[in-house]
This record gives sequence, structure tokens and C-alpha cells, in this order.
Amino acid sequence: MSNIVLQVEDLHTSFFTRMGEVKAVDGVSFFVREGETFGIVGESGCGKSVTGLSIMRLLPEPGGKVVGGKIILEGKDLLELSKKVMRAYRGKMVSMILQDPMSSLNPVFPIGDQIAESVRLHQDLPENMVEPEVISSLRLLRIPAPETRLREYPFQLSGGMRQRVVGAIAMSCRPRLLIADEPTTALDATIQAQYIALFEDIQAKTNVAIIFITHDFGVISRICDRVGVMYAGKIVETAPTREIFKAPRHPYTSALIHSVPRLDRKDDRLFSIEGQPPSLLNLPSGCRFSPRCSVSMDICKEQQPPEIKLTDDHSVSCWRVK
Amino acid sequence: MPEVLLEGRDLVKHYPVTRGFLQHVVGWVRAVDGVSFKVEQGQTLSIVGESGAGKTTIAKAILLLETLTSGSIIFQGKDLYKMSASQIKSEYRPKVQYMQQNPWSSMNPRMRVKDIVGEPLVCNTKLSKTEIYKKVADLLNSVGMGPEGMSKYPHEFSGGQRQRIAVARALALNPNLVVLDEPVSALDVSIRAQIMNLLKDLQAQHNLSYIVIAHNLATVRYMSHTVAIMYLGQIVEFGDTEEMFERPLHPYTRALISASQLTLPEEGVDTTTKQIILTGEMPSPLNPPPGCRFHTRCSEAREICSKEVPVTHIVGKQEVKCHNYD
Amino acid sequence: MQTQMTAPKTVSKTKSKHEASIRRRRLTQNLTLIIPAAIFIILILTAIFAPWLEPLPYDKTDLVARWAPPGTPGHLLGTDALGRDVLSRVIYGARVSLSVSLMVIFITAFVGTALGILSGYLGGNVDSVIMRITDIALSFPGLLLAMLLAVSLGPGFFTVVLALSVLGWAGYTRLVRGASLQIRNSDYVAQARVAGASPWRIMFVHIFPNVVNPLIIIMTMAVGMMILAESGMSYLGIGIPQPTPSWGSMVSDGRNYLDTAYWISLFPGICIALVVLSGNFLGDWLRDKMDPRLRQL
Repeated sequence: MSNIVLQVEDLHTSFFTRMGEVKAVDGVSFFVREGETFGIVGESGCGKSVTGLSIMRLLPEPGGKVVGGKIILEGKDLLELSKKVMRAYRGKMVSMILQDPMSSLNPVFPIGDQIAESVRLHQDLPENMVEPEVISSLRLLRIPAPETRLREYPFQLSGGMRQRVVGAIAMSCRPRLLIADEPTTALDATIQAQYIALFEDIQAKTNVAIIFITHDFGVISRICDRVGVMYAGKIVETAPTREIFKAPRHPYTSALIHSVPRLDRKDDRLFSIEGQPPSLLNLPSGCRFSPRCSVSMDICKEQQPPEIKLTDDHSVSCWRVK
Repeated sequence: MPEVLLEGRDLVKHYPVTRGFLQHVVGWVRAVDGVSFKVEQGQTLSIVGESGAGKTTIAKAILLLETLTSGSIIFQGKDLYKMSASQIKSEYRPKVQYMQQNPWSSMNPRMRVKDIVGEPLVCNTKLSKTEIYKKVADLLNSVGMGPEGMSKYPHEFSGGQRQRIAVARALALNPNLVVLDEPVSALDVSIRAQIMNLLKDLQAQHNLSYIVIAHNLATVRYMSHTVAIMYLGQIVEFGDTEEMFERPLHPYTRALISASQLTLPEEGVDTTTKQIILTGEMPSPLNPPPGCRFHTRCSEAREICSKEVPVTHIVGKQEVKCHNYD
Repeated sequence: MQTQMTAPKTVSKTKSKHEASIRRRRLTQNLTLIIPAAIFIILILTAIFAPWLEPLPYDKTDLVARWAPPGTPGHLLGTDALGRDVLSRVIYGARVSLSVSLMVIFITAFVGTALGILSGYLGGNVDSVIMRITDIALSFPGLLLAMLLAVSLGPGFFTVVLALSVLGWAGYTRLVRGASLQIRNSDYVAQARVAGASPWRIMFVHIFPNVVNPLIIIMTMAVGMMILAESGMSYLGIGIPQPTPSWGSMVSDGRNYLDTAYWISLFPGICIALVVLSGNFLGDWLRDKMDPRLRQL
């Protein structure tokens, strides 16, 4: 069993707004091992992106703040580091890819310069070694003709290529952990398939741990080893990918999987979950999924269920599971 | 035999690319390049493709929001481009409606829901305000929303609720056909199922036809009777949905299906070899490759593919444009 | 596993610090609204009730009490070269300045918006023609035209309004045309076309209401600008003729006595400055209020 690279313990992140405290992440715990891909799946507003931003300590200010918990990356609690040290960590130890490649890249600088920026910040290389390093990052992301490509501007590249450049920037210093927040959502299906295959390859080469945040089950099934399902700020179930699909224990996980149409057969009617996710300003008491749960009991509406470890790798928070 | 409601024949749309002070034309974006399709009353045709394939252009052409460079659209036997403006207003518009992808921008933020849903009625009927609002209440009811939302503004609703309102608006005039442009891709996964079920129910109730523009194959399989797969401005495969998913004919179709599938890690089975990963990207519609447009990425390409444009072959009930079937 | 064991203490400390900063921010925000709004309201009330508010008739001359300094009994702000009470003239001047300003703003906004929407939505030849006329209006020397009009029509209230309106609509046209172009390409206008809406309906029901926001902001700030423009014209002698006081003509009247009877120019000058400043602050506040991104915090 490989080492644990990231351990998140009881993370609480809130946004303080005019209307009150929005508890975007409310007690989330998980871990990721070296060379492993951990998927965080959930719908909009569940807190998955905020979790990623909290780990990077890149929450929007003013308003967003981590208010509790620990984020332990290779033994160090990131929340205890000073801003200066955290800046040194960002890019070198932990890196992030976001959904929209156009807003991640600066339109007025050539892509080579943008990758070089990261290299110069984190690596003590003599100036003549920077360009070869940039080229090797471009090669890692299988960008053809890297020597000429590095002088191009973002607008000259297609969406898929830009996302690869973003990946090259993120991987330029070979971080221990890569957080990918919906990196393939804006890409076409065939480009998405290329991109995911590419990341599997990169992970095999560099042994980087990946947190893959998405709402797409197809992507989860392809690249993730283990998955955490989030709902309204909490993780309701964590399990290896196969078990999430074949034997989900939480009613939400199960309902979600059944509401996605299947490609391998014709569905007569899709299962749909009634209602909508709760407002984070006005959370229901007890289990947050209980208002929409088809199998909820009285205790579900009164108390939040504890996290139960079914095996080393599979935990659920549900009163129905004993 | 259900009758053909709408037919597109050899649709072509080229956009000019101009340069310089005098705006002289230097090239053409061949967004749609010879597309033909048909849809029958009560059936759903899905047009599938990746971005740049030209599907949104076709949707806009059908709705007369764009004019074609050439080709004709025949609705209930009549050629749209031969109809006068008043004929279009009285005989076409009320029968063909539109539902868009983005529930946030498809509604005027300054209008109340009752006026948004009522607008088609205001523009096409002489009903009084009370009668219109009564109809709006009925429409909202048929999409699962109560009348209390009528005086609210769109921003007071969630994305899923707004798409329901959009459905209500699309049905206000009892159309024969609704063009749906990616109706659920902007919605959360658990809400998509609600909207898709609603659309199917309404189709059964009112014998509606749908033309769905989509890129998600699973949605397409669930909702459609016939599917057209587009690549770089042309339809490469067309036919019955089930037949296409069970036995895809065109290499691109197979690659799309492979890219969208769930690949569960089965014990002992190496699933990676079954995946089809295409190389490269879709070429620019400014300069499509010669011969078969897909040959640059096709793993089965032969010499003839880069030289001759494939003709449409009929294989069973399906149509396919590929040299593999010569 | 129990959750929320370490959360409470840190949460409450952060919460109260944050609440304090919210309160501070709200206070400054409110002040930047209340003070200018109050000044504006006072201005409008003064303008409406001027004849009842002025202690003395504004044109009553008193050759005995000429150049009386502020504080002289009966003349709170002093008198001018003809012995007329400065306070009364300042009060009446509010009415004059505000009437001119509002009338010009409404005429120019109306014409400019209508042309802008037509130009932006209809496009083509209509757009070209309107934009060329707008360009000419924007580049024409306004002051020169004002002087020509004053000379040919004779100075007076309506001459001033005409002079400021005949070119003033062009700025609105530019702005509204840009906004109309954007809205024309929006999804909901596409829906309206599919529903069979006529171009007129689209322009009235869809484009105009969505153009109103930036328009109101510009109009608020234009109040100050118009008062300045009218003051400028009156200062040059081509504005409102005597004995009707306008703040600009009062400043002009006092320019020869700045070292001896400074109050004749000073008080109307302060009024001009206050109104222009308030207008700008109000416009800024409105713009911030209407920006949805800033609303959350």
C-alpha cells in the first residue's frame, strides 16, 4: 500500500455574506495516496470546488475562510503555514487545474513564458536551463512540436490544447498532489477521452496523487481509483470506484447513479430525485438529504448520521447503514 | 406511416471571413456543408456532434434565425424560403418553437414569468390578458409548477425550474415541433432526469416532434428515435437510435460511443484496449481535409479516404458516409 | 466519528470580527448615499418652493444697501451690486438651474435613447445614417453653437434649453446603441423572434427595459453637468438674462468684486459645486448598487 500524500481531517469552510454564514464545507475528511486518483463527485453547490480551493488556500477574499480542520500534506498542516511558505508550496508541492482554460491563461503572454514563470518561482535553475524544463513539461502533456509551440499565444490554440498547457503549468514542478477541478467539462467527448488517457499516463510516470473534482460519472469511472460523494457540504459516502457503481450504500449515491441515462442499454424511464439540493443558508436539521430521500426515517430528520467505516476503504454516513 | 413534418435538403451555410479595411473576403467557414435530414410527427431526431460540427447552425436555420447559403427546409410540404413574411408569421412560427441550453440567458430578466410564458400568446392571438394568464397557469401546471410563480422574476428560480418555465413557453402555442438546443446540459445531474422525463411525457401527450441538439450520447439514446451524427459540417451517419448504438457503422460514431462510456474496472479485464482514443483534433471548418473529412483522425483510413469524398451508403435501415461500405 | 469538535471556538471569533467589519462597511456605504441624497432632495424642494422660501423678492433692488456683507440684518448672505438679497437670489437660482437642467436631460435622454435603440437594433442603413449624424453632433463645437443661437434667437430660458439639447443627445445615442447591440444578440431576444414578436415589440419590451440601468446612472450624473453648462453660458452672458438669477450669472456678476464683495460669487459657486458633487456621488452609489457582483458582501 503506498503512502498517504494528503490527509484532510474535519475541514470546515464558510463564506460570510450579508445574508449569513454559508457553510460550504461542513466537516469533510478524506485521504489520497501516492499515485492514486481520488474523485470528488457531486452537484453544483455541494462544496466540491470549495474543498479544492481550501486545500490550495485560494478561497476568494473577502468572505471565504477555512474555519476548522486540518489539511495535512506529506506531514505538514497547510493551514498552519504562513502565507509566504504556502506560496512556496503552491505550484511546487500542490497544484491546481481549473475548468476554463481561457481564464487560466493570460492572453497577452506566450505559453512558454507562462510555464517558465512557474519554473522560475519554484526551481533554482540557472537561466539557460529554464527553457529545456519548459519543453519537457510540454512533452509530458504530449503537446506536439514544443520548441515552436512555446512562442504561441493562448488564442492560437484550441480548447483541448489550452487545457494541456494549463496541465503543463500545473505539472511543471512535478507536484506531489494535483487538484483538477472539472478540467474536462468544457471539452468535447473525444478530446476529453484523450485528456483523461493523458493524465493516466502522467500519473504512471510521476506518481502524482490526483484529486479529480467532477459531476460526470463517465469520467469518474475511467480515471478514479476511489470516490467521495458530496452533498450539501458533506461527504456522504467514500468508496473504491467499482463499489460506488456496483454497490452504493448511501441513498443519494444510489439515486444519482440511477438518474444518469445509460449508454449501454435503452432506459424506459429515468429515475429522478424529487426536489432540489438545500440552500446552504438554511440547512435542514438532521441528515441533509432526508427531505429528498425515499427511504428516510424519523431519526434522519432529527440527527445527522455518524460516519461508519464498512471497510478500510468504504465509509458511509447514513442511519440506514449499521 | 407517420408523415414527414420537417425536412432539410442539402443545407449549406458558409460564413465569410473578411480582412482589411475594405472587408474583402479571404475565406469561408463551411459550418454546414450539404446536410439532409427529416423528422416525422411525434418523433425525436437528435443531431449529435462536437463543437464546430455545425449543429447549432442547423438549429438556427430551422428557426429562421439564420439564413442558409443554399438548400431548402420543407415544413408540412411547403418550402420555407418561398413563403412570405406574413405566411411565416401565421403558419410557421406558431408551429415551431425553441428551447435553449442556458436557462439564465433565455429569459428577459426584467419580465415576470407570466409575461415570459405569455409572450407567444400575446404575439399570435387576440386573447385578453386574463385569458392569457389563465392559459399560462395551465401551462405551468402541465410542467409541474404551481401558479404562485407567475408573478415572480426568473432569477427567483433555480436552473431546473427555469427550464420547466422554458418548456411551458415552448408549448404555449401548441406547436408541432420544438427545437431543443442542449436542453439539459446546463443542469445538475439529478435535475436532468426530471426534465428529460417531462419532455418525454409531453411528447407522448401531444404527439410532439423534437429536434434535439446534443453532445451527450446517453441523453440522446434515452430521448431519440433517430440520430444524425455530425462531423465538420456533414452528417456521417444517420438512422434509428437503437440500431446505431448496437451496431455503429461509422468509425467516428464508434469513437464517440467509446469516449462516452462508463469503463468500470472489472477484475482481471484490461478495459483500456477496448477504448478508442482519436488522435489530433477536429480540423478547422475554414479548411476541411480533402476526401473524407474524418480521414485525418481515423484509424481505419486508407488511400482512397484522402482522395475521394465518400457517398452516402444505405446499410439496412441506416445511412452512412464511409468508404468502408463501398 | 464525531464532527464539529474543533469548530465552535474558531468559528465564533471569526464570526464576530467579520460582523464588525460588515457594520463598518455598511456605515460608510450608507453615508455616501445619505449625504448626497439629502443635498439633492434639499435642492429639489428649494426649487419647487422657491417663491415661498425667499425672504425677499429676488429682483428687489435697494440702492442704499449695496454690497452689504453677510450677516447684515435682513441679508443673511449679503447683497450684490444692486442691493439685491443674495440669499433670495441663490434660492430662486436653484429653481432656474434645476429647471433648465432637468428639461435638457429629459429631452436629450429621450431623443438619444430612441435613436440609439433604432440604430442598434435595426442596423444596416438606419444604423449608418444615425451614427454619422451622431458623430457630427459629437464633434461639433457646442459652445460656438450656443453663442450662435443666443445671438440669433436672443438670450432666454428656451434658448438655453435648445442650445444644450441640440447636441446633447449624441452621448446617449452612443451608449444606448452599444447596449442595444448586445441585447439584440441575447438568447431571450432570439426567443421573442421565434415567438413571432414584431421588431417594435422587441425594441419596447425587451431592449428598452434592459437599457434603462446604465441610462439612469448617466442621467443622475448629467444633472451636475447640465448645471455647469448652463452656468457657463450664463457666465459668458449668453444664458439666462437679468434680472432672473441663475447661479452661473451670479458668479459672473460678482467676478469684478472678488476681493471686496466676494460673497456675490462665493455662495452661488458653492451651490454649483455641492450639486455637481452630490450628483456624482449618487451616480456612483447607483452604479455600485446595480452591480450584482458586489451585492453579496
